[in-house]
Amino acid sequence: MSKNIPGIMRQKGYVPWLYLLPALIVMATFIIYPGLNTLYLSLRNTDNSAWAGLECKAGESCWGIFENFHYALTSTIMQAAFLNNIKWILIMVSVTVGMGLLIAILADKVRYESIAKSIIFLPMAISFVGAGVIWKFMYNYGTGQVQIGLLNAIVTALGGQPISWLTEPRINTLALIVVGIWMWTGFCMTILAAALKGVPVEILEAARVDGANEWMVFWKIMVPQVLPTITVVITTMVINVLKIFDIVYVMTGGNYGTEVIANRLYIEMYKNYQPGRASAIAIVLIMMIIPAMIFNIRRFQEQESTR
Amino acid sequence: MKTLNRFLHWLKGLPIHFVLIGLCFIWLLPSIGLLITSFRPVQDVNETGWWTIFSKPKGYEEFQANCAPCHGAEGDAIASADLTDPEFVQNYRRSFALLAALEKEFDGEPHMGEISIPDENTTATIASYMRRISGIEARSKFTLDNYIDAMTGYRGNKTYRADCAAGAQSVDLFCDIRDLANPRGMGRAFINSLLVAIPSTILPILFASFAAYAFSWMHFRGRQWLFALLVGLQVIPLQMTLIPISRLYAQLGLNGTFLGIWLFHTGFGLPYAIILMRNFIGSLPHEIFESAYLDGASHWTAFYRLAIPLSVPALASLGIFQFLWIWNDLLVALVFLGGENPVLTYQIGNMVTSLGGGWHLLTAAAFISMALPMLVFLALQRFFVRGMLAGSVKG
Repeated sequence: MSKNIPGIMRQKGYVPWLYLLPALIVMATFIIYPGLNTLYLSLRNTDNSAWAGLECKAGESCWGIFENFHYALTSTIMQAAFLNNIKWILIMVSVTVGMGLLIAILADKVRYESIAKSIIFLPMAISFVGAGVIWKFMYNYGTGQVQIGLLNAIVTALGGQPISWLTEPRINTLALIVVGIWMWTGFCMTILAAALKGVPVEILEAARVDGANEWMVFWKIMVPQVLPTITVVITTMVINVLKIFDIVYVMTGGNYGTEVIANRLYIEMYKNYQPGRASAIAIVLIMMIIPAMIFNIRRFQEQESTR
Repeated sequence: MKTLNRFLHWLKGLPIHFVLIGLCFIWLLPSIGLLITSFRPVQDVNETGWWTIFSKPKGYEEFQANCAPCHGAEGDAIASADLTDPEFVQNYRRSFALLAALEKEFDGEPHMGEISIPDENTTATIASYMRRISGIEARSKFTLDNYIDAMTGYRGNKTYRADCAAGAQSVDLFCDIRDLANPRGMGRAFINSLLVAIPSTILPILFASFAAYAFSWMHFRGRQWLFALLVGLQVIPLQMTLIPISRLYAQLGLNGTFLGIWLFHTGFGLPYAIILMRNFIGSLPHEIFESAYLDGASHWTAFYRLAIPLSVPALASLGIFQFLWIWNDLLVALVFLGGENPVLTYQIGNMVTSLGGGWHLLTAAAFISMALPMLVFLALQRFFVRGMLAGSVKG
C-alpha cells in the first residue's frame, strides 16, 4: 500500500505517531498488557503469593509450576467443557454455514429476497441474553397438565411425554446449540450471499447452456467460486463458538453437563475465586484460537500483495 | 402452450418457496411467542400457551360439554340460574361449592341429568370459565401491566397499577415517575445501557479514525508489521484480559464505574474499528489527497476536511456495529459494572436466575432490551451489513 501514497505527502517522522498514539496506548493497556499478565497469573497460585505447584502434596500427581494447566487440561469438568465445545463447533459451524448457503441461494431466486433475509438475520441484532429468554420459554417444561412451552406442547399434542430439554444430559447441549444456530445463521447467510452475487452471471449461464443442471452448477461452479469466503466464514464461526458464553450462562449456568470453556473461566474467576486456574483456562482458549489468528494474518497479507 | 409452460415454471419454483417460507416461519416463531406472551395477563401466561390466544378461552370446551345443554352456549338460557350474572355465580366461584351444587338433586332429579358429574379438575376449569364470563374475574386478553411492572421493577404478586391504586405498594416504590429510576427496574437499566453504549461507541471510532488515517496516508517504519499485529489482536478473546483488568480496576477504584467500562470497550473495539476504517480511508482515490497537498493542505486538514467527511458510510457502519455489540454484551457488564449500575442484559440475566417462572415479566423485560437494537437494525440494515462484510471478523 505504501507505493500509493503520493510522495508530496511525506511528513516529519513523529507526526504519524501523534495520530496512532491514542489508539496504541488504549490497546496496549487493555489487550497486550492484560494478555501478558494473564500468562503470568496462570503460573501463580490462588492468592498470587507464590508460583503455582509449591503446595502440591506428596504422592499426588503434580505439574509443578504448570499446576493450573494440570487443572485446565485434565480435570473432569474441563474435559467435559472441551467435549462440549467440540460438539458446539462441529454442529453449529456446519449447520450455520450449510443453512446460510442454502438460504442465500434460495433467496436469490425469489422476489421477496430482502424480506426473507431480514427475517433470518434479525436474531443477530438481539442479545444472547434476549435469545436465551426467548428459547428458555420455547423449551419450558411444565410438570403439570399444561405446557406453556411451544416445543413440549407440540410433543404432548403428538402423544409424547414432555421433555425437560435443558436438564436432560443427552439433549441439553444440542438444545443450546439450536439457539446459537438460530442467532448466527443470518451472519453466515449475509456474507455468503454477498459472495454469491459476485459470481459472474456469464459463467453460470454458459454452464446452463452447456446442459449442466442446477445441482452441478452449485457444486462445480458456485462452491469453488465462493470457497475462499466459506473458509473465512468457517474460521470466524469457529472463533465465535470457542468463545461462546452468554447462552450457556443464561440458560443452564453450565449445569447438567452443558459446561463450556468460557463459562468455566467465568466460574473459576468470579465464583470460585481461582484466578490462577481461570488464567490457565484463558491461555488454553487463546492457544485454540491462534491457528485461526495466523490464518487471518496470512489472508490479510495475501490481500495486501494483490492490492 | 404458453400458459402451460408458465404453470410448469411456477410449479418448479414451488419447493423453493415452500422451504424458504417454512424457514422464515420457524425463524420468526420464537420471537412472536415472546412478543405475544409479554402482552398477556400473568394468569393467562401461566395457564395456557401463547398460541391459544387464537382459540377459545380455557374451560370453553368443558362448559360446552357439561353446562351448555341446559344453560345454553352463552350460559344465560335459564333465567333463574343465569351463569352470566356475577351475583349468582359468586356463590359457586370456588370449585368445591360448584361441585357440591352439581352433586345435589334438583327438583327431585340429578342436577346434571344424563351427563355424569365432572371430576374436580374439570369442575375447577368450569368454575374459572364461569368467573370469566360472569365478569367476576374479567380480564382482557392483552395488557400493558407486564411492561409497567418490568420498567418499575415491581416484584409483588399483583400488578404495580393494582398495588398503587390500593395504596399497598412496597416501601421502595413511590407510585409516580420516580419509580422508573428504581434500581431493580428495566427503566433505570435502559438508561444505564445507553450511558454505557454511547461513549463506548464514540471513543473507539474517534481514536480509530486517527490511526486509520495514519495507516493509510502516512509513511512510517513498521507500518505493515503493526497493521498485521492488529489483524491478529482482533481475534483475542475478551476472556483473556478480564482478570488482570479487574485487578487493575480494583486498585484504581474503577470497578463498577462507567469510566472503567468505557475504556475497556474502547480497547477491545479498536482493532476491528481501525481495520475497517483503514480499509475505507485507504481505498479513497489518492488524487484528491495529492491535489489537496498541492494546494498547501496539511495532514490535519486532509484528515478532517477530506478523509472524515468522505468516510461517513464507514463511520455509520462501524457505529451501528459497535453500538449493538455493546448494547448486547453481558460478560463485560457482569464483570466491570455488576449490580452497581445494572444494564439491561445484566438485569435480565439476574431475573432469569432468580425469578424462575416469572414469564410475564421476563418476556416484557427481554422485549424492552430487544426493541432498540431491532429498530436500529431494521432502519439501518444497509450499513450494518456493509460493516459486517468489510470486517467479517470481530472479537
